[in-house]
Amino acid sequence: MKLQVIVMPKQSVLDPQGVAVKNAVRDLGLDTVDHVRVGKLLELRFTTPPDPAKLNEICRDLLSNPVIEDYVIQYPTVAEAGE
Amino acid sequence: MKVAVIQFPGSNCDQDCLRAFTEGLKVEAEYIWHKESSVAGFDAIVLPGGFSYGDYLRCGAIARFSPIMKAVQDAAEQGMPVFGVCNGFQILCEAGLLPGALVRNRSLLFVCQPVLLKVETSDTPFTQSIERGRILRMPVAHGEGAYVADSQVLAELDCNEQVVFRYVDATGEPVASANPNGSAHNIAGICNWERNVVGMMPHPDRAWDRKLGSEDGRLIFESMLRTSSVA
Repeated sequence: MKLQVIVMPKQSVLDPQGVAVKNAVRDLGLDTVDHVRVGKLLELRFTTPPDPAKLNEICRDLLSNPVIEDYVIQYPTVAEAGE
Repeated sequence: MKVAVIQFPGSNCDQDCLRAFTEGLKVEAEYIWHKESSVAGFDAIVLPGGFSYGDYLRCGAIARFSPIMKAVQDAAEQGMPVFGVCNGFQILCEAGLLPGALVRNRSLLFVCQPVLLKVETSDTPFTQSIERGRILRMPVAHGEGAYVADSQVLAELDCNEQVVFRYVDATGEPVASANPNGSAHNIAGICNWERNVVGMMPHPDRAWDRKLGSEDGRLIFESMLRTSSVA
């Protein structure tokens, strides 16, 4: 089983990397770009589905820092899970 | 007095910290490898700078789960002085021993330069021998040193006098131009509510001898020494 955890900087935390990328996107010609945020995507594979409570705990304590980041767990769709 | 300097894989200021004690202050100090689980026999703990676990995931994010950190946590709760420099500060924040977090410098650049710090409180084991308002000079060297916390935490830090060091100009003013990394409120170092845990981004371990360009860092280590001789 494969799932993805998306970690993004909180809206309230300045993301200087996002600002730099936004400026580069604009300079390369997409001048309507308004806002860019840079986060990370972690792909986790399990041999059996993980315990959801434990998974959330690990997302909160290790994979993200709740002071500065939010996370979303993306479970596979039924079609993907059947692959 | 015996000081523990914790070594994580990727620590690179462990020798600087150890020598500040053994050569600078002539006190006993020993390394503790992060896989150890006890700090028994030590009077103070230092988490040195570096790039523990290659800064993977976030600075300090993996080191905080090293076996030794449980012992550090317990010792901190029992009142032992715990001091984190640079990556050590990041680890203490990740571990929840200090509030807030340290994120990418506002400039996106790694900064490596001398800075001026104002001592905002003498009420910690690491500043008790330094008069409040004194300006210290020592280097910073980091890519992720911008201190952030939500507005409530920042207000609490101010209210409880938990800001220990602030980046200032030569006149002691916390102006934007004196802030090397974009830290909120020019914060360079803080303590916990109980005041025995202190973290700072600048490096006193690189400023304890005239040969290093400044001796101001020595004042911090000397303060720490005074604590444990009393304890």
